[in-house]
Amino acid sequence: MSEQLIEVVLRSIWISGAALLFSLTWCLPISLFLGLRNFRGRNIIISIFNAFIGFPTVALGIILVALFSNAGALGSLGLLYTPTAIIIGQALLVTPILVSLLTSAIESVDPSIRDLAKTLGASDGQAKLAVLSEARKGTILAGIAAFNRAIGELGVALMVGASLRGYTRVMTTQIALEYNRGEWELSVQLAIVLLAIVFSLTLLANMLRRD
Amino acid sequence: MATILKLKKIGKKYDEKTVLRNTSFDVKKGEILCIIGPNGAGKTTLLRIMALLENSSNGEIVHENKVLKVYDDVNYRKRVTMAFQQTALFRKTVFDNVAYGLKIRGYSKDEVKKRTERALESVNLGGFGKRKAKKLSGGEQQRVALARALVTEPELLLLDEPTANLDPANISVVEDLIRNLKGKTTVVVATHNLFHAHRIADRVACILDGELIDIGTTKEIFSHPKDKRTKKFIRGEFF
Amino acid sequence: MNKLALILVVLVIAGVSAVAAIELSGRTVPRLKVSTTTSLFDTGLLDNIADEYLNNYGVRLDVISLGTGPALDQAGSGDVDVTFVHSPTLENLFLTDNSGGARKIIAYNFFAIIGPDEDPAGIENLSTIAALQKIAETKAEWVSRDDNSGTNTKEKALWKSVGFPDFTALYEENWFTATGQGMGATLVVANEHRGYTITDTGTYLKYFNDNLINLKTFVSSGKDLLNVYSVMAANPVDNRENVDFQGAIDFIEYLISDNGQSFIGNFGVAEYGAPLFNPAVQLLKENADSEIATWIRDTAFFENSECPQQYRLGQEQLYQ
Repeated sequence: MSEQLIEVVLRSIWISGAALLFSLTWCLPISLFLGLRNFRGRNIIISIFNAFIGFPTVALGIILVALFSNAGALGSLGLLYTPTAIIIGQALLVTPILVSLLTSAIESVDPSIRDLAKTLGASDGQAKLAVLSEARKGTILAGIAAFNRAIGELGVALMVGASLRGYTRVMTTQIALEYNRGEWELSVQLAIVLLAIVFSLTLLANMLRRD
Repeated sequence: MATILKLKKIGKKYDEKTVLRNTSFDVKKGEILCIIGPNGAGKTTLLRIMALLENSSNGEIVHENKVLKVYDDVNYRKRVTMAFQQTALFRKTVFDNVAYGLKIRGYSKDEVKKRTERALESVNLGGFGKRKAKKLSGGEQQRVALARALVTEPELLLLDEPTANLDPANISVVEDLIRNLKGKTTVVVATHNLFHAHRIADRVACILDGELIDIGTTKEIFSHPKDKRTKKFIRGEFF
Repeated sequence: MNKLALILVVLVIAGVSAVAAIELSGRTVPRLKVSTTTSLFDTGLLDNIADEYLNNYGVRLDVISLGTGPALDQAGSGDVDVTFVHSPTLENLFLTDNSGGARKIIAYNFFAIIGPDEDPAGIENLSTIAALQKIAETKAEWVSRDDNSGTNTKEKALWKSVGFPDFTALYEENWFTATGQGMGATLVVANEHRGYTITDTGTYLKYFNDNLINLKTFVSSGKDLLNVYSVMAANPVDNRENVDFQGAIDFIEYLISDNGQSFIGNFGVAEYGAPLFNPAVQLLKENADSEIATWIRDTAFFENSECPQQYRLGQEQLYQ
């Protein structure tokens, strides 16, 4: 692998990784809320998240470009064509799948676990952590699925990142770019690396699931 | 004997259904108090309220002359532990299950290890530490739950049907354990098993349809029940 | 498994934050945003210029590749600082609506009409106009980018002079295929369909030399195939005050300098045996009477100037 290729692969991983961590900051509380409480409208909210799993990346991309562009509402932040813009975009993109998978992982935990932790002296927060810890396999699976979605998407990265060399160019945008440039060999190499990452993570997820 | 917990006119309603009404009694320090009554009488709800896992609809609980206002009072919960009828276990090793309460309380690693191993010994599960808790037999799981409840040395231990799903051999192990707690800690046991109550209790409270109908020493309740319904119940007419 | 999962999570978080820290700390170099057309970008010229510019001037170029229309829009909205395009008609509009200015003509080459070796329409040795007429008459397949790029704008102008004033009328013809994609993708489609198309020489040579296509050049010279590249700075007014105007002017000055011009003129020589772009600055200044200089003035000048005074944004030094 050339140095340039390694750089792009690493950038893809950190951008999508950061997007995952960023989205967890709101997905975890939302999922804990949806997974542990029973309230009216809960199922409707869950089905809305489920429906958004298939949100087209280009649609999200164009909405974000409109927001981040100089002429847009958030133009003054100067986010367009930065890694931050891609991170925000991918974090939003993976939110539905993350909330959906995390919520069902939390739901599948024995409901008495929370009470159990409390009767052993845990605070409400510690009890929630205990529930998450029981759902850790599902949580990791959700994280892997979300990461795979983020690292494999093209629309958001291309539109809000513009594939700037050495800055916002990630694997998917470079694959598209090198294809247009006629550098098919590099395109194929990158596609193989991308597939290798996605497959090995999926394999890991399956190992965890069986354990 | 000093009173550790005072229940005053505790009632509980779920929507329109009343499961507990006007229940008042004291728990005395160091005693083993059995709450007997048929299934569905409200025993579990009463224990859950005493463990602050649920809010009562009316009435109050006084602990050391202080009315417990916040039902989620962590400081109280750190001193009172409950074990459920359906054994709930963390998807972890036996050791990690038992050590949970100690870790929450911030004990040092050595201390956690020492106390956990001692607790496991006391329920005849020495050497089980590395096993997965969920893979044990029913009786072993119940004993893990008991060790876990005991390891933090709670002032008050609330046990919900601790022998309900056990075979005779395990029942006697658990009963020995409870009897050994006498004097060291206060134990409240909810059970529908009269023989079990008779064997371990200092005092017995009888609860029926969400109402406390009788309370007294084991001898009083089993030999000279004051209430007619108690008499019927201990004769087995409710089964 | 418990420990493994924990270690895994910790490793991922540590890795992500470490790389993020390295990436973000390396972001102190000044940056300049350049929008350009796909055909120019895909040759690799701008990546090479970017390396050269970073090494010699310490400024990193962020190059965004789009069709000429959108590339100009990006400069018009202030999302980029400089734009590097090849469509005089659209550039004129860009200047007149005050989106930007300080226009300089940098380089030129020729578009080419290419098609399958067997030449089903028989356009060999014809002029551009005659060739397109022949293709329409024989209904030989024509593949169009139809993406509002500079190449596409040129194509529309050519079809207009052949008798198709309304380009969309061509959609109705069964010999006409619109890809809506960049030059490279369009070349591949033309190759698969064994059709004719118009292309910039840079992309064509690259695809041809790499054996990605085997289409032959039939027409590649003449005034009507002239392809003029120019650069313009975004106008730092209205809501575009965060545009790096000085950075843009510095970059334009580099491009018209002897260094910049010879860099452009030498690009591609090693790989293709001939330059892909011909420098234009010297030509316009010193060989103003040459045929090509005349063609450039005829097709890419506005009001007899590469940039009429009112659009120079006070940068007279560029026009000395």
